[in-house]
Amino acid sequence: MCLAIPAKIVEFSTGESSRALVEVAGVRRHVDTGLLTEECLATGDWVLVHVGFAMSKISEEQALDQIRTLTMLGEQDAVMEEVEGYGLEGPASAQGVLSPLCAPEKTPQ
Amino acid sequence: MKFVDEFRDPAVISKTADEIRRLADPARHYRFMEVCGGHTHAIYRFGLKDLLPENIELVHGPGCPVCVLPMGRIDDGLSIAQDSNTIFTAFGDMMRVPGRHGSPLQHKARGMDIRIVYSPSDALKLARKNPGRHVVFFAIGFETTAPSTALTLMRAKAAGVRNFSVFCNHVTIIPAIRAILDSPDMRIDAFIGPGHVSTVIGCRPYEWIARNEHKPIVVSGFEPLDILQSIVMILEQLHRGEAKVENQYKRVVPWEGNRAALKAMAETFDLRHYFEWRGMGFISQSALRIRDSYAEWDAEARFSIPGVRVTDPKAAQCGEVLKGVLKPSQCKLFGRECTPENPIGALMVSSEGSCAAYYNYEHRKRQPLTQLSVAV
Repeated sequence: MCLAIPAKIVEFSTGESSRALVEVAGVRRHVDTGLLTEECLATGDWVLVHVGFAMSKISEEQALDQIRTLTMLGEQDAVMEEVEGYGLEGPASAQGVLSPLCAPEKTPQ
Repeated sequence: MKFVDEFRDPAVISKTADEIRRLADPARHYRFMEVCGGHTHAIYRFGLKDLLPENIELVHGPGCPVCVLPMGRIDDGLSIAQDSNTIFTAFGDMMRVPGRHGSPLQHKARGMDIRIVYSPSDALKLARKNPGRHVVFFAIGFETTAPSTALTLMRAKAAGVRNFSVFCNHVTIIPAIRAILDSPDMRIDAFIGPGHVSTVIGCRPYEWIARNEHKPIVVSGFEPLDILQSIVMILEQLHRGEAKVENQYKRVVPWEGNRAALKAMAETFDLRHYFEWRGMGFISQSALRIRDSYAEWDAEARFSIPGVRVTDPKAAQCGEVLKGVLKPSQCKLFGRECTPENPIGALMVSSEGSCAAYYNYEHRKRQPLTQLSVAV
């Protein structure tokens, strides 16, 4: 529950303000960006997500560090379970794996 | 070499550990409290205690939201869930925490409509999808999660979703630290401050700890090096006879916190006069209640809640462990009746609970880091 999950902003929702599509290890989900109204957010930015809300804007380097920390803490499965659960969408068909090797740059197929 | 290899920069880790040994006065015994359960988890997972000299003791603090919630509040929540028209939602962490007659998961198995959500906004979404039912979100957590609940309440009000309410159990970290400092059986020399709570509240709320209590507090990140560097910063302060708030986690924590998050909290919550914490008793102004202007979305205003008070099982010593008076292994039930597979106390449920962390990493006797670090 207190996991801070680094996620990359893929696009902003057109219909609703304060909603962005983010990607975590190939899994895409919507998160609420309403707690970062004082930040200037753009596609490609990294944010730390708590319980479906972006809480802090971070650099890509910090995002990679955080992914590494979570992996070292053995939290990678919990992170993916949480991300896949956002939006009540249930487990994704393609299982995301959180690791520094696959996380930031690869575009999912 | 496994664990050392996992560290990003083992040479820097070794150097920082050396610096800690150099700074620690061998004539003193230091007790530093890591307030946050995330730090407790990291300290055990990385075996950081093995890198510290024996006269530095890390005391685990109360910063595990699942752990500090008294059993009575779980029973109160379950009393709401009894209503057949209610869909009761909670984070996964809460599902296995025992109430007097079983955990939410066990109640679900007995037929109650209790569902896991990963975000409060999903509980609101569920309410929109089920206009004929009432959806309650069991809100727990410190200032890290409270802003998300706050914004969800604001969204529910703005959209006029009337079949949704929040059973609010949010707590605040500062009064808990104050209670620990006021406790006669506690002697803490300094604090490792919580990282993610501080992204919201910033560093200012800790200033009284330095000013009035003359204790250093260093807000810390979660990597092994972050925690070790924070200990160096604390020792340097003590060495110089100083006490101030420092921010080791500057890359994520702004000194002023997250103003949008604080604003959302101020809009929807005010302070309860008092709230019961597991093991620590009633602490004044230590929890959040939903403001009257949001009463329609407040489960405590909508439902008749029994206000159950339940004492923990006698043999379980969760309270003493939570306050840092006892180590997890000193509890009579630890590792026997109470295990992560069959938790009796909440500290054994969450990965941030000190008992679960101690059980998973110390009790299972992983190879200590000291031997490995020598080879770096």
